Order: sequence, then structure tokens, then C-alpha cells
Amino acid sequence: MSDDHHEQEPDDHGHHPHPPSDLEARALALESLLVERGLITSEAVDRVVRTFEQDIGPMLGARAVAHAWVDLEYRKLLLAQPKEALTRLGITQHQAEELVVVENAPGVHNVIVCTLCSCYPWMVLGLPPTWYKSAPYRSRVVIEPRGVLREMGLELSEDVEVRVWDSSADIRYMVLPERPAGTEGWSEERLAEIVTRDCMIGVARPAVPAGVA
Amino acid sequence: VNGVHDMGGTHGHGAVAVEKDEPVYHEAWEGRVYGMLRGLLRAGLFNLDEFRHAQERLPPAQYLESSYYERWLAALELLVQETGAELRTESLPERRVEPRFKPGDRVVTKNLNPPGHTRLPRYARGKHGVVGSVHGPFKLPDTNAHHLSLDWEPVYTVVFEAHELWGEQAELRQTLSIDLSQSYLEEEP
Repeated sequence: MSDDHHEQEPDDHGHHPHPPSDLEARALALESLLVERGLITSEAVDRVVRTFEQDIGPMLGARAVAHAWVDLEYRKLLLAQPKEALTRLGITQHQAEELVVVENAPGVHNVIVCTLCSCYPWMVLGLPPTWYKSAPYRSRVVIEPRGVLREMGLELSEDVEVRVWDSSADIRYMVLPERPAGTEGWSEERLAEIVTRDCMIGVARPAVPAGVA
Repeated sequence: VNGVHDMGGTHGHGAVAVEKDEPVYHEAWEGRVYGMLRGLLRAGLFNLDEFRHAQERLPPAQYLESSYYERWLAALELLVQETGAELRTESLPERRVEPRFKPGDRVVTKNLNPPGHTRLPRYARGKHGVVGSVHGPFKLPDTNAHHLSLDWEPVYTVVFEAHELWGEQAELRQTLSIDLSQSYLEEEP
């Protein structure tokens, strides 16, 4: 791992940019033990770290959504057989859990959560943001979804049905948001840029940037 | 376990704090912890249900005060200590059950309060819902988390009206879909 500081050096002047924490020391000790026992290799850990920093993230889900917006057949496939649909786009690092794509429609809004831990569709969205794993979101979005969404900047009108999906077993969810008006004729690449992680969790809607015709 | 991890519908946790442009890992050690977890699951030192249950077994105050990866680190340390970092070789009894329900069936969740692991959230116990879809079979977490047996069961996405779960506090026009193992469900009488 990056080691830009000295392990045991006391930080006696308060200028240390990154004092070694107790947690970091514990993680290092655990990794050393597990490597010594032959259970893991540091190279494999490096690869996981890098993969989720570089290769797997919300840009994958956004590509699938943008493609589904321009290709009706693909949209049907994404809803019916999500992993098959992702494979067609070259997205092949699939998680073991089943993936279900739920679609927003006029009058229907979907939002995902895991109240018991932090289940998340990492194969299309990468690792979850801290707020998704936090007590406020996990406790509240199931009992007051409109209130939570409003706080997060998404106001749903009263006639919209809210469907909350609590990922409590071996199924992971991704929201297929609605394509916003004003994006007619856009390329898939341009469409994918407005499909944010939060849109695919269901706490935001894709927005056309202000000033764009 | 009826633990603090089972947060659905509990009060007092405050507003959702969103960090703008959040990095994938805040500290390098967090990525190491994530990588170690994946490596150990692959090696078979423990399974994902055991890992979840290890977090649930942390003292409640520690669970709530710890950051996410801090909790993971504590759970990994606990499991490594308990297993002695030795891989298990024994094979577990395996069971399969026939699906009992189909989409559209009305079901009621059992009122289970096991001291061990379960994935039936407290807010959904003893509640009436409708089977939306059928998945699996998957290993029942309640026995898998204790390395007792491999109980392959269908999992049903059960749709509940918010009013059934939250009574008069429910927001209007809301449903909750929860994925539930067959063992958690009974036919609606």
C-alpha cells in the first residue's frame, strides 16, 4: 500500500500530514497475518482496490441506462435479463447475487436501500457512498421515503407512487430512471453523463444542465 | 438477533449527510479491508452471512459509533480470531425445499426473534404482503451464518403496503418490497 509516512514516528509537532492511525495499523497487522497464513496475497488486495477505483463504478450503470434509452429492444433485455444485457455492452465483472433492474415511469418512482447492512449493486455502481451505508438513510428511507428524498433534493408530487426496495437477500437492485425531456437527439455518451449514481439508487432524477437547449 | 443493525424505521439517527464528490476510499486502509474481505470470502475462511453476523455481534454502542470500514475491520478481526485463520474442511448437510408460493399469493411473515442471524427485518415481522416474484434458490442465511447446514430455499420479493408496516405514520402511495426466504413466510390464513 502507499506508505507516505513513517509507521511509528510520533507526531510531536502537529505538522504531520497523515498521522498513522490505530485503524491503519490494525489493518496492516491483519493483512500481514493473512498473507503469512497464505489466505490472501497483497497483490490480490491491490487489484481489488484498483478495480474499484478505476474500472467498476457508476459509469457502467450509466452506459446501460443510456443505451436502454435509445434502444427499446435493449431496454426490454435490461429489464428481463440484466446480466445478459450488461454482458452485451462488455460489462462482464458480475457479482454473484442476482441483479434486478426496476424502471421508473410516469407516476412510479423506485428507490433502493439495505436496512440490515449495505447490499448494493456494485457490478454496475461500484462501492456505495457513505450516506447509503449510514444509519439515517437505512432507518428512514423505508418509513418516510418522500421526506428523505425531499431532503436530498428530489421532490415527488403526491400522485407519484413510491416503491422502496429493501435488499435483504441475494438480489441487488438498480433503478432505470426516466429519460428527461430536452435530450432528444443526444448521443449515448452525452446521455450517460447525466445518469448519475444517485439516479440509479433512486434519490435523484437525471437533469439536463441549465443553459442546454 | 434483534440488534442495532436492524435499522429500518428506527428514529433518532438524524439527517442524511451527503458528502460531495466522495472518494471511493477515504483512507488507504479502507481499500485494504475491502480487498481482504473479498480475498477471505474467496478462500472460504468464512462466508458472507458469517461476516454480516460478525458485525451484528459487535457491542451495540461500538456498531453505532464505528465508521463503516472500522466495523468491517472489527468483524474481520473477530472472525480471524474465531477461526484461528484455519480453513474448514468438513462438509455440511445440504437440504432443498420445494417452492411453496407463486407470484400473486398472499403471505404473512412469521414473528421470528432468533438470537442468531436472520434477514427478516423487525419492521416486517407478522405482516401481510403479496408475492411479487420468485428467485433463487439461495442458501438460508439463518443457518449459513452459523455454518450449520446449507438450506437452499426460494427467496420471494414480497410487496407490502406502507400502511401495513407503519400504520397511520405511513406516507401515502408507498410500497415496500422485501426479499424474504421461504422459511420466513406462511400462507395468509
